[in-house]
Amino acid sequence: MSAPSTALRTGRDPYHMGHGPAADVPEYTGHGAGGPSPKRIVVGYGFWIFILSDVILFSCFFATYTVLIDARAGGPGPQQLFDLHNTAIETACLLLSSFTCGMTSLAVARHNLLWTEITLAVTGLLGLTFIGLEVHEFLGLMAQGAGPTRSAFLTSFFALVGCHGVHVTCGLLWLGTMMAQFPAKGFKESILHRYLCFSLFWHALDIIWIGIFTVVYLIGTITP
Amino acid sequence: MSSDRERFEDFDLGSHVGEDQVVGEGPAGERPPTLRSELRGYLIGLALAVLLTAASFWALDEHLIYGPGIVMALIVFGLAQVGVHLVFFLHLTTSPDNTNNALALAFGVLIVSLIFLGSIWVMYHMNQNMVPTRALLQMRGG
Amino acid sequence: MTLLGKLDWSAIPFNQPIPLVAAAVVLIVVLGGLIWVAAKGWIPYLWNEWITSVDHKRIGIMYCLLGLVMLLRGFIDAIMMRGQQALAFHSAGYLPASHFDQIFSAHGTIMIFFVAMPFVIGLMNVIVPLQLGVRDVAFPTLNSVSFWLTAAGALLVNLSLVVGEFAHTGWLPYPPLSELRYSPGVGVDYYCWALQISGAGTLMTGINFVTTILKLRAPGMHYTRMPMFCWTALASNLLIVAAFPVLTATLAMLLLDRYVGFHFFTNTGGGNSMMFMNLIWAWGHPEVYILVLPAFGIYSEVVSTFSNKPLFGYRSMIYATMAICIISFMVWLHHFFTMGAGADVNSIFGIASMIIAVPTGVKIFNWLFTMYGGSVRFHTPMLWTIGFMVTFTIGGMTGVLLAVPPADFQLHNSVFLVAHFHNVIIGAVLFGAFAGYVYWFPKAFGFTLDERLGKWAFWLWLIGFWVAWAPGYVVGLEGMTRRLQHYDVAEWRPWLIVAEVGVFIILLGIIAQIAQIVVSVRTREQRRDVTGDPWDGRNLEWATSSPPPPFNFAVLPDVTDQEPYWDMKERAREIGQLTRPEPQYEPILMPRNSPTGFVTAFLAVATGFALIWHIWWLVLLGLAGAYATFVVFAWRDHDEELIPVEEVARLDRANRAARSAALQHRQLRRESVE
Repeated sequence: MSAPSTALRTGRDPYHMGHGPAADVPEYTGHGAGGPSPKRIVVGYGFWIFILSDVILFSCFFATYTVLIDARAGGPGPQQLFDLHNTAIETACLLLSSFTCGMTSLAVARHNLLWTEITLAVTGLLGLTFIGLEVHEFLGLMAQGAGPTRSAFLTSFFALVGCHGVHVTCGLLWLGTMMAQFPAKGFKESILHRYLCFSLFWHALDIIWIGIFTVVYLIGTITP
Repeated sequence: MSSDRERFEDFDLGSHVGEDQVVGEGPAGERPPTLRSELRGYLIGLALAVLLTAASFWALDEHLIYGPGIVMALIVFGLAQVGVHLVFFLHLTTSPDNTNNALALAFGVLIVSLIFLGSIWVMYHMNQNMVPTRALLQMRGG
Repeated sequence: MTLLGKLDWSAIPFNQPIPLVAAAVVLIVVLGGLIWVAAKGWIPYLWNEWITSVDHKRIGIMYCLLGLVMLLRGFIDAIMMRGQQALAFHSAGYLPASHFDQIFSAHGTIMIFFVAMPFVIGLMNVIVPLQLGVRDVAFPTLNSVSFWLTAAGALLVNLSLVVGEFAHTGWLPYPPLSELRYSPGVGVDYYCWALQISGAGTLMTGINFVTTILKLRAPGMHYTRMPMFCWTALASNLLIVAAFPVLTATLAMLLLDRYVGFHFFTNTGGGNSMMFMNLIWAWGHPEVYILVLPAFGIYSEVVSTFSNKPLFGYRSMIYATMAICIISFMVWLHHFFTMGAGADVNSIFGIASMIIAVPTGVKIFNWLFTMYGGSVRFHTPMLWTIGFMVTFTIGGMTGVLLAVPPADFQLHNSVFLVAHFHNVIIGAVLFGAFAGYVYWFPKAFGFTLDERLGKWAFWLWLIGFWVAWAPGYVVGLEGMTRRLQHYDVAEWRPWLIVAEVGVFIILLGIIAQIAQIVVSVRTREQRRDVTGDPWDGRNLEWATSSPPPPFNFAVLPDVTDQEPYWDMKERAREIGQLTRPEPQYEPILMPRNSPTGFVTAFLAVATGFALIWHIWWLVLLGLAGAYATFVVFAWRDHDEELIPVEEVARLDRANRAARSAALQHRQLRRESVE
């Protein structure tokens, strides 16, 4: 083996294929030239990525619902089954809870324990009402003989809406844990990070619900 | 020990210039935002979301919108409301300190549309080479 | 309902000698190993230093170890299958059909999920934070949870060998065969729950690494200064984040069908089994790029190091990587061209599948041009890379053949297809993992692996692979379909016997690799890597000692160049001393070890096992335990500990001294040459 030429030894790009000092790269934030980000940003970003992956999970259930909406196996369809008043109240609950969750963020940012707990409690109650309405709707459908095992359409309906419901239930468990943690631990750095993730999660669930009431209930009822 | 801990709070992560923004947090301006201005943001968001939701439910009434256009209208209202939530509740912007968040979102939206629209397209086409069910029944019955 | 659900003594295969003996051997080995470890008094060490460790390097090593052990398990399946097909001409062979079916299902499942994935993720774990010049991944405890969930999935799959049965359905459980009506046993349940658990772990890994690579990099490391392995790791983890939720959703639907009588994919009730194929491949196709992209990154690192040249076409490589990342989500239908879609769907997906070969070709040419004009050193990692370039190009071309829908109608589900994907998965993913393993072994353990045995292993694997799989193309073109338990076409027989010989050549390669480890460990004192830079490397992983201290870098490096460490070395060579004077050392805050991962995995195994056997009280107990773990974890106060300044200084000074000495030595040598 011959000794490599000095041009190669310098480590520069002998063929000018994009190596060497990248002076043209802008220095502003978002391009990550400034070293590792602080923990707050790392945690928030990681959870944002998780939210996106969760949305992709839901997209599979949405696709399945859309594909199977006509597969009724002789059973009832959306027009016979869905009560849009119920859906409207559910929507209102979740939208308002998203707003009160925003209020919690304002209280948390100001380290105000009383308002944090009050707004969290309101958010939780609205979430509970939502889950109650949904369970009521599910039980009503099953009582009419329109349970998830009746047809592929109902399977995909129960799976999609139920998956969202399970997410809200997990969110409520998390919310309860946070309500216990604020008084117990105070507005510590780590608790603030966790609250940030919780609020992202809760807002995201409302965004998913927009998809559900639009695709499942509204568009569902107008398709023959 | 505890004072050491505080002193080196951020040391494990090194120093940094210019921070990226976190999704769900308000923009980091010169001064901390006032309660009033932040509250106003949330209220505007709520009002827009309520309006769009109401519009979606009302759109179902066929007299308001041209019948075949309802589905399109519902999709537009839904997407608009998603946008409202992202901007007013999650504080997503297009500023450079939000580049990573917005890029991640764009990637997510791309994948969701590929899976959702792709699946529908593919599954619709699965029956392309089949004899239509009605024709089959007629053949049997005839 | 009984206390143990569906579980009783009939689950143990007393009447089948082969699984019974295999199970007994595995049990004896595992129990013997445990007793030996306990007798040696190593349990506290293992618990404190490994099982509860949140150090990315340790977790990475455990991932690779899991991959290697599972490789042996999956390879035994391969020998049995090839043996069956060599014998089963006009006869039933030695494996009953039900057992043969379980073996090919287990082989595929294990090789993809518990060999390739852990190996690739393990290498990313060890190397990515080092290359980025930071101290750990973004979420160290989550990383440990990820690993242990993967291990839990592997444990469940292997448990099916002893208790009950594994799926008979192939590595992807297509309905309606996998529905309760046609697969009433626990096999498909083992498959689904094992994959749900390990899939959750993989998703967390994806989130962890995307965040690490985008948010934690040494100062000055722009996107266009990131090492190529980090770029491919980023693309791969983006694909994990995007694809694994699809797998979770699809398997959840199948489970709902099986457990509570839903109608997603059933023949009755309006279910549509095509939807399963559609969704599983919307995950499955990105999955192969999840595996192969990091391997491409490893080859990029190896080629430029051993050619003594910067990587040719760095930016085109980034574009190619990201193009593959996106296009890989647009080709999934080429796995089911024959399922009845119309001409426009088939042709669009066919064209997309051919287009993805273009960025892949860009990469091949970039590696070739990196070697061109360089002074190539033919160490083992470089041999694996060259072997890959030849093997993978051929495998890729057969893939382009399969991407043509009319050709695919002939070749679908034939052994030609099986030969194609073994050609690309072994030729690219496994060779890449081996290249990375030999290349980075000294970084992880502080000594190099034996070169002579490494070369033996390479040649045996390369020749063995071609002897085993070239016949696959031939019999595939002669019309042999995959997964045949017996056959009566005389023309196939000689080729299948040749394939069996090939498997035994690969076995010799594996024996050479085991011998390589044994010999290298015994002679480790002579093969110590004192400087931390045994190959004259170019990126930051070589800028710290081997093995690196827990905190990786005493002071985060300043990145001023696309090849930061090469740049540092160049400047050091010019001025004849280390570029940085001894820094002002400071204590370093590092995450504390945590049993959370192990506890989570324990609960996951218990819950998974209970779900498989319908032991409902245990399911509830497991879920309650999971919530309790979450609360306990959320209540922790001290999750970090300070490494004292003396310790930091001691470790870093030793490394600086070794580097300084090496530099002086090199300087002297250069002067004497001149």
